[in-house]
Amino acid sequence: MSQAKSNAPWLLSAPAIALFVALLLAPMLMTAVLSFNVFDYNTGIKNAYTLDHYIAVFTDDYYYEVFWRTFWIAAVTTGICLLVGAPEAYILSRMKTPWRSIFLLIVLAPLLVSVVVRAFGWSLLLGPRGIFNQISLALDLGNIKILYTEWAVIIALVHVMLPFMIIPIWTSLQKLDPGVENAALSLAATPFATLRRVIFPQVVPGILSGSLIVFGLSASAFAIPGLLGGRRLKMVATVVYDEYLHELNWPLGATLALILLAANLVVMLSYNKVLERKYQKSMGVA
Amino acid sequence: MNKNGPLALLFNGLVISFMLAPLVIVCLVAFTPGNTLTIPTTEFSLRWFVAVFNHSDFVTAFWNSLWLAIASASLSTAIAIPAGLAITRFQFKGRDALNGLFLSPLIVPHLVLGVALLRLFSLIGATGSFGWLVMAHTLIVTPFVLRLIVAASSGMDSHCEDAALSLGASRVTVFWRVTLPMILPGVTGGWLLAFINSFDEVTMSIFVTSPVTVTLPVRMYMYATESVDPLMAAVSALMVALTAGVMVILDRLYGLDKILVGEK
Repeated sequence: MSQAKSNAPWLLSAPAIALFVALLLAPMLMTAVLSFNVFDYNTGIKNAYTLDHYIAVFTDDYYYEVFWRTFWIAAVTTGICLLVGAPEAYILSRMKTPWRSIFLLIVLAPLLVSVVVRAFGWSLLLGPRGIFNQISLALDLGNIKILYTEWAVIIALVHVMLPFMIIPIWTSLQKLDPGVENAALSLAATPFATLRRVIFPQVVPGILSGSLIVFGLSASAFAIPGLLGGRRLKMVATVVYDEYLHELNWPLGATLALILLAANLVVMLSYNKVLERKYQKSMGVA
Repeated sequence: MNKNGPLALLFNGLVISFMLAPLVIVCLVAFTPGNTLTIPTTEFSLRWFVAVFNHSDFVTAFWNSLWLAIASASLSTAIAIPAGLAITRFQFKGRDALNGLFLSPLIVPHLVLGVALLRLFSLIGATGSFGWLVMAHTLIVTPFVLRLIVAASSGMDSHCEDAALSLGASRVTVFWRVTLPMILPGVTGGWLLAFINSFDEVTMSIFVTSPVTVTLPVRMYMYATESVDPLMAAVSALMVALTAGVMVILDRLYGLDKILVGEK
């Protein structure tokens, strides 16, 4: 009986484990191997191994530029999401029912609409016939060009990522005891001091996890830069796509994808470390 | 008590309009009678919706997406129920690692998954196979189902299972007659969430679909990079309508805020 019991959880999860080994772990391993394979434009992938693709990515200015653009766009998107999402989550948490759930739904629902649809919507809004250009023309400010620039990508990314920032902040705000806020106010703290010294420290975990999710997803976003960045404005994901489906240089594409994954992990882990330390310090002082 | 000031309400209004703007504009433009992407002001027309249904590529892609989403949501539910029960009902070595493995498709970028699966499929000759595409989608939607099933089964009173067992019910009977009915809202909520995530997925699918198995979002992406006309707006409006429909069902079944925000 005890033997059966210790096997039971493994038996129950066996189908899921099989799927994850076959379609996640094995393909990742194959891709890692692929990134070291020799590639020849005439004959394709060879069975020999080389570091050429990694050297190419790290020495070529073109890839340096693409990676730099990808990470600054992801960082700016994260920053804007934080500046918009944190106050919005706080405002929503102070609303009364039913408004609270209605507005929360409106903010979160776009999460379920395909990103292609949302990117297309933004291309309509930001294009030459879009509302922003119309306003600018009506005010005699001339044509403003947003579509196919970094800012079009950032605006659409913020739209896609905002729910991912609001959800964790909202969750940590839910755990907050409103009595604490009132206590601070009744002890003559100004509303701003209450916000900064009482509420903010308690939502730091939510801000942290929201920022990590938003940064990670933005840095690997594909459809938004693909549709709103145009042909020249490449991010890592769109370059990987080109290498795979236009250049057919799979080993180089695999190298780029893996470096993106690794860079993402490094940025996330170090950000986590820095904030954790700061957070501990502020709690220690308090 | 703690009320929002007028500035806060204005801020909220701006955020809400920002979130709704691209969806509203798509739905408006879809009704244009003209050939350009403009908002209709005097006349409204359904001609572009008719055009969608006459566009065989979009119709095929829609059916592909629908079957794919139904199949992968069902398959992932079938494997996530036992796995979820294993994680909540048993204490065993490697439990956290297993849980981490099952949730990892949420952290690995879909781009990387797409690239990796393309390599696998080309090595085993599965490119263009619908069955393997279903498996690929099952992989990425399983975390959504698993999370809801874990939440539902750790939230239910497991004494009910013990009571049934002590009254002589077999483990199989307990599962079908006690456990499953009690976690059913979580299961259906998870299935629908998996369905909509599979139906919407584009980044991974663009690598692993062939012209035969192309899904609707992938076809739309291709279409949007090639041509610009209101047809795209009409397809998008239909997608929004379908999503809204699923959302209403999800809300009735499980509470949409619970699903999107997670268990409190």
